[in-house]
Amino acid sequence: MTVRTAELLMAVMMGAFSVYLMYKSLELPIGWVEDEGPGGGAWPFWLSAVMLISCFGIIYNWFRKKGKIANSMKTYIQSHVFIEVGAVAVALIITVALFSFIGIYGALPLFLLFYLKVLGKHRWLFSITFAVVTPIIIFYFFEITLKIILPKGITEPLFLPLYKMFL
Amino acid sequence: MVKKITLLAIAGIMATVSAPSAIAGWTPVKPVEFVVMAGKGGGADKAVRLIQSIIAENEMAPVPFTPVNKAGGSGAEALVHVNGRSGNDHTIMFTLNSFYTTPLRQPKLGVDIADFTPIARMAEDTFLLWVHSDRKDINNMADFAKAAKAKGKDWIMAGTGKNSEDNLLTDFLNGAYGLQMKYVPYKGGGKVAKELAGKNADSTVNNPSEQLGFYEAGTTKALASFTDERLPLFPNAPTFKELGEDYVYYMQRTVVGAPGMSQEATEYYQGLFKDVFNSKKWQEYRTKKSLQGDLLQGDALMSYWMKERDVHEVMLKNMGAIK
Amino acid sequence: MLEILGLLADGFTIVFQLQNLLLIIGGCALGLFIGAMPGLGSVNGVAILLPLTFLVPPTGAIIFLAAIYYGAMYGGAISSIMLGIPGASTAVATTFDGRPLAKQGLADLALTGAAFASFIGGTIAVILFTFFAPPLAHVALVFGAPEEFALMMLAFATFVGLGNDDLFKTLFSICIGLVLSAVGFDIISGEPRLVLWDIIGFMHGVNFLVLAIGIYGIGEMLWTVEEHVLGGGKSMMSEANVTVKRTITNIKLLAKTWKATIMGSFLGYFVGILPAAGATPGSLMAYGIAKQISKEPEKFGDGALEGVCAPEAANNAASTGSMLPMLTLGIPGSPTTAILLGGMVIWGLEPGPRLFVDHGDFVWGLIASLYAANVFALLINIAFIPVFIKILKTPFTILAPVIFVLCLIGGYAPTQDMHDVWLMLAFGIVGYLMRKLDYPLAPAVLAIVLGPLAEPALRQSLIISDGSFSIFFNRAYAGPIMVVALVLLFLPLLKMAYNKYQSVRS
Repeated sequence: MTVRTAELLMAVMMGAFSVYLMYKSLELPIGWVEDEGPGGGAWPFWLSAVMLISCFGIIYNWFRKKGKIANSMKTYIQSHVFIEVGAVAVALIITVALFSFIGIYGALPLFLLFYLKVLGKHRWLFSITFAVVTPIIIFYFFEITLKIILPKGITEPLFLPLYKMFL
Repeated sequence: MVKKITLLAIAGIMATVSAPSAIAGWTPVKPVEFVVMAGKGGGADKAVRLIQSIIAENEMAPVPFTPVNKAGGSGAEALVHVNGRSGNDHTIMFTLNSFYTTPLRQPKLGVDIADFTPIARMAEDTFLLWVHSDRKDINNMADFAKAAKAKGKDWIMAGTGKNSEDNLLTDFLNGAYGLQMKYVPYKGGGKVAKELAGKNADSTVNNPSEQLGFYEAGTTKALASFTDERLPLFPNAPTFKELGEDYVYYMQRTVVGAPGMSQEATEYYQGLFKDVFNSKKWQEYRTKKSLQGDLLQGDALMSYWMKERDVHEVMLKNMGAIK
Repeated sequence: MLEILGLLADGFTIVFQLQNLLLIIGGCALGLFIGAMPGLGSVNGVAILLPLTFLVPPTGAIIFLAAIYYGAMYGGAISSIMLGIPGASTAVATTFDGRPLAKQGLADLALTGAAFASFIGGTIAVILFTFFAPPLAHVALVFGAPEEFALMMLAFATFVGLGNDDLFKTLFSICIGLVLSAVGFDIISGEPRLVLWDIIGFMHGVNFLVLAIGIYGIGEMLWTVEEHVLGGGKSMMSEANVTVKRTITNIKLLAKTWKATIMGSFLGYFVGILPAAGATPGSLMAYGIAKQISKEPEKFGDGALEGVCAPEAANNAASTGSMLPMLTLGIPGSPTTAILLGGMVIWGLEPGPRLFVDHGDFVWGLIASLYAANVFALLINIAFIPVFIKILKTPFTILAPVIFVLCLIGGYAPTQDMHDVWLMLAFGIVGYLMRKLDYPLAPAVLAIVLGPLAEPALRQSLIISDGSFSIFFNRAYAGPIMVVALVLLFLPLLKMAYNKYQSVRS
């Protein structure tokens, strides 16, 4: 996909999102309420309308081939970049999904290990040590010092004695 | 090497977990999530942080209580969150009157407050009618009605959010005294109090705790109170009952447990909050902020909720906020 | 005057008690680290440590919390500069030029600049606080909804130039920020609003931090991963060193920014004392004005030192300023002071006009401690700069996962809701894709901060005036502010017209 194609696609998607926001704003009055000024939906509705107009403007410029982006025939994301960036993005999504199941202390070591070993190509010993030590520091700083309780999922019972010891 | 140590550590932890607890009676085993139905810095939030510090200071509980503010949608977010924690013994919530009004106004939430576990009503906050001290012409309700009537629609009553408690009281005043005061919603009672002190509003119906600073400095004065009896802090402000209007209104400050909380946990929290209620600091706070309402627990609290919910349903219907 | 100096001297005798001195140092250091974490700012630090303060008397407690507040304001600049992730909304403006400087290998210069500017801003603000508290408290009191809206217009006007040449994309970015800021709940009508796809998590709105960490944290890191791949594995930023010689050059460079720093200090302080405004609009306005008055405005956004100093001076000055309405009126000027107010309740003090009279030792102890906290925060900050620079030299494939992890936790911590972590991830990925198409994203982040302040103020004003816009012009404070805002807003247009006229003539 070229940058030029991506530009059009993005503008169309954002335009569609603007329309959704306008539709959703209609739940509250968008006009002038007597003695009250603008209604509760007016602010988001009319600003979403400006978003939509901006998207039309971007598309208009695209047809006129005005601007650097609208003329660029370069690849939007080169395949080797896509593999790397995509891998990171997918790893992040999986990690967040795992937070609710195996908890933050189950998911983070996996993420760190993946990043360090697979993407960073560091040595095993280093990767594993790092993946184990980082969550321990996080536990100390966030849960013990700051008393911010992070999600544990099914690993919760493992932490009960730790709570007893430190909190 | 590292792996081995981790395995050993995990094994050790497992061993301690599986050992049966020898202590009699239920106690919380992990930090208790203390949901606040309002944002950081508001009246409810201040009370929660005071309770948190009373529990910590007197070492009343083996675990910390961590406040989590969920102010979204007039407390709708908090209600849905706690409702979803059904059967959880480590989630409690600090509520206000939006506990009744929000489920009534947003039936889509699917929250029935009768499902929640009653723990303890810690206090009832009171409301008074306030004006700026520079209004030398206003010294009682008759003066107030005269002045507000003269200004008609331009008399500004500042309050928190439309259809909130302040709005209910404003509607009552408009109806009872034939006024047309204009209601301007602001974010939070502290902001409302400041608008009066800065003369950007003509009157407010603040809680004493919100106006106390300005009152003590002589910037604002209270004309009448929405209580059964005169408040000791404001002996010169008559109740509306004395003035011939049968109208009282209070704001509950109550601790609620998640629906389906176990019997043992409920008893534990009821005992704990009884101790908090009787602590010197909480009693001092009650006196200072002119809070009313005795400790109410268990079934008595539940029947209080049901009564109040009916009262609010009628009020909201009269306002046209619900059908 | 002499009386004030006497009271201040009494305050200093309280501060120089060993326990209080240790509380200041400890508070500054702790605040510095909390502030440096993406997602954690002074609000979290103060809220979390509040219940521990019963261990010391009230004066010690407020000194400790104020030191954390201060430390966090210094610390916020650290993650802005080093990682490009604003730790709190107050540090957004610092990223605009701090991050480019770090990328050019001048992280030490940016960090030193931020520290010294913070010190100057904080100190000027405390001096103003000491001598002019009562008259300024009056201004804060009469500041109503129309004045707030006029101030927000001024804030918007000062950064109209922040977007890029593509008018449509800049407009889109501003508007999406303003619309997202309306998500959740409409306080004027008391109704839920824009609960997108009826997902319950949207009820608490789109938190500023979620958008900021998403765009600047996740999005920026994905961008850096790409640069890393294309650049064949270079480290994240070019080398920065800390040597005596470099430090001397840095200080010489810093001396040249005095105008921006002083301007930021005064501006930040005055915006800070206004209730509800707080440090964020103050620092943004300082950035905008620094750009307008600079001799080289075109350097802004590509690493202008003034672009770091002005907002840093302003946000520290504003954090001191916001204590003024807190102490004298009992109303918070920022989220953090709202929590501090809660603390006073716990300690049994009644904030408000009587506090100066009834609890003079408390107030003057606090004021004196602010002088001391500034000095210690500066020293601690400077001492740690070499450490921070070392961290930047860590290989990218180690630093990157750590930053991602901090972002994920930073997205969760403020609301403790998984919904916000997902939302942050979505903003990050979409933001990355949009950035590749030259959408400017900074305006969206600014708009989401100012939107919730501007919209209610606008509507409250119009309710008061029965829908007439004249309310913004016929009031003593609102009128002049509004006029200045409108002039600034149309200044670029006038300039453009003038240039065209000139070129036509020649």
